Amino acid sequence: MRVALFVTCVNDALFPATGIATVTLLERLGVTVDFPAAQTCCGQPQFNSGYRRAAEGLVRHTARAFAAYEYVVTPSGSCAAMVREQYPRLGETSLPKRTYELTEFLVDVLHITDVGAYFPHTVTYHPSCHGLRTLGLGDRPRRLLHAVKGLELRELPGADECCGFGGTFAVKNADVSVAMGQDKVRSAVSTRADVLCAADNSCLTHLGGLIRRQQEPLRPLHIAEILSATEQHPYLPAELTR
Amino acid sequence: MTQAARERILARIRSAVEQTPDVPPPTRDYLTAHTRDDPTQNTERLHRNLTEYRAIVHRATPTRLPTLLAERLAAQGAQSIVVPDGVPDAWFSACAIQRYGDRGPLTPAALDAIDAVITGCALAIAETGTIVLDGGPDQGRRALTLVPDLHICVVRTPAQIVPSVPLALPLLAPDRPLTWISGPSATSDIELDRVEGVHGPRRLEVVLLETEG
Amino acid sequence: MSDTFLGMPAFPQAARVALHNTTLRANLRHATHTIRAKRAQAVAELSDWEQLRDAGRQIKDHTLRHLDRYLIQLEQAVTESGGTVHWAVDADDANRIVADLVKATGESEVVKVKSMATQEIGLNEALAAEGITAYETDLAELIVQLGDDRPSHILVPAIHRNRAEIRAIFTSEMAAWGRAAPDGLTDSPGDLAEAARLHLREKFLRARVAISGANFMVAETGTLVVVESEGNGRMCLTLPRTLISVVGVEKVVPTWRDLEVFLQTLPRLSTAERMNPYTSMWTGTVDGDGPQDFHLVLLDNGRTDVLADAVGRQALRCIRCSACLNVCPVYERAGGHAYGSVYPGPIGAILTPQLRGTTSAIDASLPFASSLCGACYEVCPVAIDIPEVLVHLRERVVDQSGAGHRTESIAMAAVSWALRHPSVLATAERLATTTRALHPRRPPGVRAWTAGRELPELPAQSFRDWWKENHR
Repeated sequence: MRVALFVTCVNDALFPATGIATVTLLERLGVTVDFPAAQTCCGQPQFNSGYRRAAEGLVRHTARAFAAYEYVVTPSGSCAAMVREQYPRLGETSLPKRTYELTEFLVDVLHITDVGAYFPHTVTYHPSCHGLRTLGLGDRPRRLLHAVKGLELRELPGADECCGFGGTFAVKNADVSVAMGQDKVRSAVSTRADVLCAADNSCLTHLGGLIRRQQEPLRPLHIAEILSATEQHPYLPAELTR
Repeated sequence: MTQAARERILARIRSAVEQTPDVPPPTRDYLTAHTRDDPTQNTERLHRNLTEYRAIVHRATPTRLPTLLAERLAAQGAQSIVVPDGVPDAWFSACAIQRYGDRGPLTPAALDAIDAVITGCALAIAETGTIVLDGGPDQGRRALTLVPDLHICVVRTPAQIVPSVPLALPLLAPDRPLTWISGPSATSDIELDRVEGVHGPRRLEVVLLETEG
Repeated sequence: MSDTFLGMPAFPQAARVALHNTTLRANLRHATHTIRAKRAQAVAELSDWEQLRDAGRQIKDHTLRHLDRYLIQLEQAVTESGGTVHWAVDADDANRIVADLVKATGESEVVKVKSMATQEIGLNEALAAEGITAYETDLAELIVQLGDDRPSHILVPAIHRNRAEIRAIFTSEMAAWGRAAPDGLTDSPGDLAEAARLHLREKFLRARVAISGANFMVAETGTLVVVESEGNGRMCLTLPRTLISVVGVEKVVPTWRDLEVFLQTLPRLSTAERMNPYTSMWTGTVDGDGPQDFHLVLLDNGRTDVLADAVGRQALRCIRCSACLNVCPVYERAGGHAYGSVYPGPIGAILTPQLRGTTSAIDASLPFASSLCGACYEVCPVAIDIPEVLVHLRERVVDQSGAGHRTESIAMAAVSWALRHPSVLATAERLATTTRALHPRRPPGVRAWTAGRELPELPAQSFRDWWKENHR
């Protein structure tokens, strides 16, 4: 099977490790991964900020970039939700049907919940709002994490509450955004997990920024990086091998 | 002035929606009831749901009813009751306390001086634990069941119980003043925490009267 | 709308003040979390919840599409059953109609059932200017009125107050409005409710005029419906001789049967009950029972503007259950006052800017007062897609190029151009990563981010460049 990776602009520029992990994981599962170089941004920041026209340009651009692919896989619940939910309202109806968030692609298309990963750490999972409510990912990410060898999953209290990122909300309403994030971090720290996992690096940029500012003993990590780790090629950041 | 306002509002509405395609009436694929219409189950459910919202519920046969009412009024310390005209006299054969009819009719202040009211009802809804009054002869005008602090309501079972809200509405007459009562007065206004008893009757007792058919 | 809130600071500034009020935050957190769990349970009892929700949406959309027809039908039915119908284009209209009706009775005081519409039009203030005192009789409204405060929640206007604060307000203020609070009043909710009962009892018993709103108006029968808990509504709707109901035009439903949907969804969503303690339904006047003089004031006050917006009009489906407030993480932290309107929370953020326009600082900031998390849409019993309307209203604000959006517009255009040209993007990324050591720790423009958070560290290489090196 051949898929196009929609890495997203945030991952491309700030979290290449997530993109690399997605490629590693999919190739390990026998999927051929292409990276159409024309891709940039799905247009969500523009759309959600009220710049509909600018968003429409990016919608057309993105649709063209992935026109040739039957499966477009993205390690971002938020961008997948933009494509799935908003693109039809912005005139693009084909790409939404071919776009899958990573965990959705693994469970629904590849029919795999045990991806053969190894990650000997305690993890708590934050289901991002777009994954939870717009895409309806349900327990797919948690099923994938459950099957990871060595991984202990701890329930996150108040998991379904927003972390407070919200795109430009994080800047336009910075005080409320930070207050929401602090509550989320407090909740994650209370689980005493090593890792705060999400399927969205946008949430993790915000939560990670708070974690570092507050020097909490918690590592934010995208689910792709957990699922790509194996016993042969373990995930070994210094923080987790202390 | 209000006529001009009327025309202006209606014109604004028409211009606001004229470009909108017609929206058909709703498809009603929700349930008519969430439970089976079984007489015993209905009574049980009504009893349970009324109790959950802090109504005191009793079961009685017609023979036992007068004694029960006398006992309850005494237990609640009621010295006087008001009774709508349509309530059978026989219900009070065991009561010795002061009984008023709605003569005059009674003013709000007069009603405020009366301890309790005893009525029948139009129907009751099992799923929601609701009794509905429609101002019928055994219920009287609305003030009677509002001002006294204790309301004892007699529901004839199983005939007066319906399972659900959708099954209750067609049995009620919209041109009558309707009062739906689900437990005694309550409020959640302090910290969204429910406490019983504010302005309506603070005590609601419901007698499920077993009748034939 | 009432000008009580005009001149309010924009939402972010108002929210910042609220965030620093630890009592307020604790009160809101406690109250909203208490109700959330209960609501979920009440809804879970209904296996056909989604169908009821969809029917509710459809009934409202159908009604709005034919609103003229249903209002005329309602008017006829109310008139035939002994009521008088008045039409009010705006707040001034409605206030004048009500004041004139009260003056015609010769009374100088009225009792009020909690009503969002009368708050919206500032009726109490307008009546006061005519020498008429309006007594709020809902417990939370009483707390707000006695405390010279503003409502902060649709269902529980005094949600920002805890029991100790309420006790203090009752103790110091009740005497000036009538019967004083009992000596030695404690802060137990039961005792506080008892104090309110005693204080209001004398007002109910002597009241000659009542003012209410309504939750629903049934076009085919002319029936009005008030859903409540305490019995203050029943008192007002039953004991006075004259009843004046001020109701937004969008509250009409076509048929008697339509109530079967909303009477199942509203109580479960608002107070998490299978059914609220009291629901009153009346049609015109009834000889010998209740008010003998009934007036219905149908209020537009911006609603037809909302109706004209194909996306925004779904806000008119709202049945004021307040579930969206209770689940909103922004409301929980910012509190209701920050929204600068009698309609706070998510529904307020889409309703207020549509009713009032987006010219003031507060109104233009409301569509941005959301992280678009979607919890409000998920619980809404009439399926108002609040995030959709928020984004739609953001477009409106940006198009007006209101304060603060002009620089952003230029930046957004430049970024969007670059994003349509991947080679430009790649160069920019490369430039950023190779010069990352030179970046200031707190570059200007991101101060809002870094006030509470660290910036993400720039990686050594973009994904794009990694792919180029490793996959052909």
